[in-house]
Formats: sequence, structure tokens, C-alpha cells
Amino acid sequence: MPIEPNARGYFGAFGGRFVPEVLVAALEELEAAMRGAFADEGFWAEYREVLRDFVGRPSALYPALRFLGADASVPLLFKREDTNHTGAHKINNTVGQALLARRMGKRRLIAETGAGQHGVATATVGAKFGLPVDVYMGELDVERQALNVYIMQLLGATVHPVSGGTKTLKDATNEAFRVWAAQVEESFYVIGSVVGAHPYPYMVREFQKVIGEETRAQCLERYGRLPSDVIACVGGGSNAMGIFSAFVDDPEVRLWGVEAAGEGVASGRTAAALGAGSVGVLHGSRSYLLQSERGQVIETHSISAGLDYPGVGPEHAFLKDSGRATYVPITDDEALAAFYDCAKSEGIVPALESAHALAFAKKLAAQRTSDALVVVNLSGRGDKDIAQVRALRERAEVRS
Amino acid sequence: MRLVDAFAARSKRRPAFVPYVMAGDPDLATTEAVVRALARNGATAIELGIPYGDPLADGPTIAAAGARALASGITIEDVLGSVARLAPEIPSSIVLFTYFNPLDRYGLERFARDAARAGAAGAIVPDIALEESEELRAIFALHCIDVPMLVAPSTPPERAVKIAAASSGFLYIVSRLGVTGAASEPDFAPMRRQVAALRAATDLPLALGFGVSRPEHVRAVADDVDAVIVGSALIDALAGTSGDDAVAATERFVSGLFA
Ligand SMILES: Cc1ncc(COP(=O)(O)O)c(C=O)c1O
Repeated sequence: MPIEPNARGYFGAFGGRFVPEVLVAALEELEAAMRGAFADEGFWAEYREVLRDFVGRPSALYPALRFLGADASVPLLFKREDTNHTGAHKINNTVGQALLARRMGKRRLIAETGAGQHGVATATVGAKFGLPVDVYMGELDVERQALNVYIMQLLGATVHPVSGGTKTLKDATNEAFRVWAAQVEESFYVIGSVVGAHPYPYMVREFQKVIGEETRAQCLERYGRLPSDVIACVGGGSNAMGIFSAFVDDPEVRLWGVEAAGEGVASGRTAAALGAGSVGVLHGSRSYLLQSERGQVIETHSISAGLDYPGVGPEHAFLKDSGRATYVPITDDEALAAFYDCAKSEGIVPALESAHALAFAKKLAAQRTSDALVVVNLSGRGDKDIAQVRALRERAEVRS
Repeated sequence: MRLVDAFAARSKRRPAFVPYVMAGDPDLATTEAVVRALARNGATAIELGIPYGDPLADGPTIAAAGARALASGITIEDVLGSVARLAPEIPSSIVLFTYFNPLDRYGLERFARDAARAGAAGAIVPDIALEESEELRAIFALHCIDVPMLVAPSTPPERAVKIAAASSGFLYIVSRLGVTGAASEPDFAPMRRQVAALRAATDLPLALGFGVSRPEHVRAVADDVDAVIVGSALIDALAGTSGDDAVAATERFVSGLFA
């Protein structure tokens, strides 16, 4: 069984509810509605139906035969979240939260977004369920992710550029919380990862655990055994919690969370909250955090916008400290190399986020033998990253 | 000065005046001059913001003031240094206002001790609600630092009673859903629904804040609450000033507010 947080929303020492009083009643209302929905088979039946007919689940567990090289003997499997409608795992969560919002009688959805993937996934379910959507997005990200901004608008959402702070995901999340505080009665805040105040980290994991449940069943059915290793990239940590949760009780399955090291964990230009951060409070929960000596949140860097976040979900902090999962860094350059490799060797253009997990899979496979069974959660497809990768390549060619 | 004494000794001015300023915006010398001017002009307590980069409970005015103060390098130690200079000189209580993470990082015990030594009367931490506040309240109480807690329009009545019982110094009533800022109007209806039950639950002074910005607001609530907290409107009035200009702007603002 996946881990249950305690009554105050803690996974061990991590989690909780560090929010202004104005939000407490809303979080309690949400928690009560969530518990009611989770106990209602009808709710899950509808969720599964939407995942099947709209998202296109189950996603395949694909044997990647060429990515590790022709002479590699380690079996490698990709969990294909990239084939979901809208191109990433994010939609599993937004479907669940939109169904819950409707059940609660909420009339609007609010979301934060960095790269725009969660914004697109929220705008998509808003369109599908007829709920207006307001997306908050840092001004810098609005510029960097112009295509996703346009897609959200096409889907009928309103995108609000956020000019405070670092003008990125952290500040978009601050703003979404503030806006929610002013509209708690009519609005539902759809958080995009396993972060935020209780019950969000738990709730988002429950909406992503379908990834792990499918993977487990597919492994057992096809290979008659559990994987030896499960690898997922960790931004806030939702795709990783989604796949890890089905295996936390199987100590023989090693769990690997791959963080964005950026230019290196010690470079000061990193997004590896677990690898380079310390314990603190951000966006409503206690977890690891990239912060200064003085408790100010530090600006982060990663080639991948979806991993470019100074915090990480509290359940990952718990899994790290308990030793159940291991968190490893992958740099921008390593991720980029894996991005190219995966495209050429497998015919799959991965998201830059997922490319971090792929890069680590290559390192790990070098230490594994043919009796291993390595699963990588391919959290999303790379269409959104192509303009950025192309610009990087052109810049590199100009230099050389 | 402790809050209980400041409220007992307050002038005839009703309601009592509790202004908020951001320490170090634009510089600490200006902040100290403004605090002295506020004290001379009848402030019962003065909330002194310690800047934090991710202020979830604050709207654009205070968030921007915090960003300016951080850009000038202001630290908790700097703010406590100001408190130590101001507290012996002014007849108003000084209440520090900041978020949980910088306090936690500094060390709750160390902060309570240093704040008490500097002469601060209290600390408001707007991102810890009742459930997460127990340890902080216990530590701060040992050092005689009051912790005014917040009641929001969305707070259910039974919960408001518990918050009132946990609060010290005064009880902070948030006028409306949302964050600080003078751009949208305060709403006095939720406060009026809550005030009788809060009076029954606590003897603490009741202070109303969030959006209180104009003389008509002050007059409208004079019979309901004991104090008004005014932050963003004052910071807006101080925009672009420093030194003597800031003092003059402060005096103009206060006389206008209580006109
Ligand atoms: C494809 C993809 N993978 C991973 C992430 C990181 O989020 P999380 O760690 O919550 O899975 C994102 C976020 O935008 C994403 O778009």
C-alpha cells in the first residue's frame, strides 16, 4: 500500500499545512470532498472511464531495444506517458481534480504552470468539463513557452502573466495561491504536482498512481516479475510518485528519482532540491528546498522548464530520508545527450524532463546485468522542447 | 513596550492605529524615521515587516516593498538592530511581521530570544495557521513575545474561538478573502458577523486589517473593533520617498486617515 500521510498531512517529518488562515477552510473542504470521492467507487469508475476514452490509457510499457546500444543486455522498458492526450502524465491529475471540482460544485479552475504542460492539461479538462480556467504563468515563461500559451488560449483558458519575483513557476504558484485565497468559495485550485499544502501532495499522488499500477500489472503479466529498478525524473515529483507508489512495499524494487542538476549540483545553477537543498517550507509544506542561509528561496536553473522548481514534494523528502528511494542528479548536458539518443535510437522524442530519467538509465544499466529489468517513466513527449533544443544546437554550431 | 500596556495606555483615538511598514524599504534609516513619526502620531503598535521573497499572504504593494528591501540586502539581524534602537525611544509596541521559513531557518528559539532582547513585543507569522503554530507559540511565549493570530472571513465559528484562545497581544481579523492590498475594498460584513463571538471568546483587543486604507473605513469600524491595521495604503503613500520626505508623507497620511 502506498504511504498514507498522518491526520495533519505529514509523511514523517515532511508535509503539513503552512498557509494563511484564509485558505485553511478551503483545504479542509477539499480534504473532506476528496475523502468522500475516494471512498466512492462511482467517482473512480468515472475517472477510469475518462482516462480510457479521453486520455488514451492504459499507456504502453515499451521494450526499448536500441537506446542502451546494440551490445547492451539489460532489459529496458519505457512507461509511455508521452502517448497520453496532451503529451504528458499531467493530464491524469487534472482529470481527477476536475472531476472533484465538479463534484464540489466549483465553478472555475485555477492553475499555475511553468513550461505550460500543466496549464495545457488544466485548460484541456476545463474545456472538456465546461469549467472556465485561469492559468498563472511567470512572465519569463510566457515568453519562453509562447506555443503553450497559445494552445491554452485556443482551449479557452485565460493566461495571466505573473511579474513578481523571479517571474517563473515559483512565483506563478505564489500568485495562484493568492488568487485562490480571494475566490475560495467559487474556485478550485488545480495544483500540478505532489507539492503544496495537505491534502494536495497526497491527492495528486492518488491521481498519478495509475502509472505505477499499470506498470506493475504490465511487468507481472509480460515478464512474470517486478522490475529491478524504477527510474523517474523529479520536478515537484508527481510522475515519480505516480510510478513509485505501486512499488514502495517491494524492497527488492529499487526506486530512483532523477533531479535536474542544471550545470551541476554544486554550481549554484541547479534545480536539485533533494541533492543540493535543505529542509524548509515553501508553498504550504515542509520539504527540501533550495534556499539561502537566510531562508530565502534561491533562483533555480535547469534546461528543462518542468524541473526548474526550487522545492520538491514532501513524500519524496520522506522517501529520501528513509532511504527507500535514491535521488540522483543529471546535468543539462547529460539530459540533452539522452534527448538526442532517444530520438535516434527509439524513434521517440522525449520531453527534456524525461530525458533526465533516460540519461540516468544509461548510467545505471552499465552497472546491471541481464537479469535486471529497468523501467523508465517516460513522463512526456518532446514536441514542446523542440524549438528550445533547435536554438541550443544552432547556438552551439555558431560557436564551433 | 508590551502590547497589553500599549493598548491600555492608548490615546483616546478610536480605533487604535496599528500601521505596517517594511523594514529597509528603501533603507533602514528611513524606516526608523518613519517608525518614530508613526509613534509620535499616535500609533499604538507598529508592525515592522521583515522582508521575504515569497509572501503568500501579501498583495503587490507589500510584496514589492519586500523585494526592494531584499535587494538592498536587509537581514533579520539588521531589522532586530533597528528594533533595538527604536524600542527604548518610542511609546508604541513593535510587532515583527514575517513568514515562517526565514524564522525557522534563523531558529525559532534564537529569534524569540533576540527579538525579546531587542525590545520587540510580538511577531505575526501569517503563513502558519493554528495547527502548525503550537511550537512557535510555546517558544515565543517563554520569551514574552506575543503572537497575534489571524481570523479570516472563511474561518468557521468554532475554529475562530480556538484561534482567539491561542492568540496573544491582540487578535487579527482579516477583513476580506484574499491578500493584503489597498486596491480592492475591505469588506466589513464578515467581521460584523464574527465580532460578537470573538468578544465572548477573548479579552484581547480586536484589530481589523487587509484593505483598510481610507478615513471612511476607519470611521465605519470604530464601534466594532479596537484597532485598525493599515499597511499597503501607507506604503503606497511612502512610494518613492526617503528620509525627511518619508517623514512628511507619513505625517500627512496619518492626519488624513484620522481626519
Ligand atoms: C513531461 C514532464 N515530466 C516531468 C515534469 C515534472 O513534474 P513532476 O516532477 O511533478 O512529474 C513535467 C512538468 O512540467 C513535465 O512536463
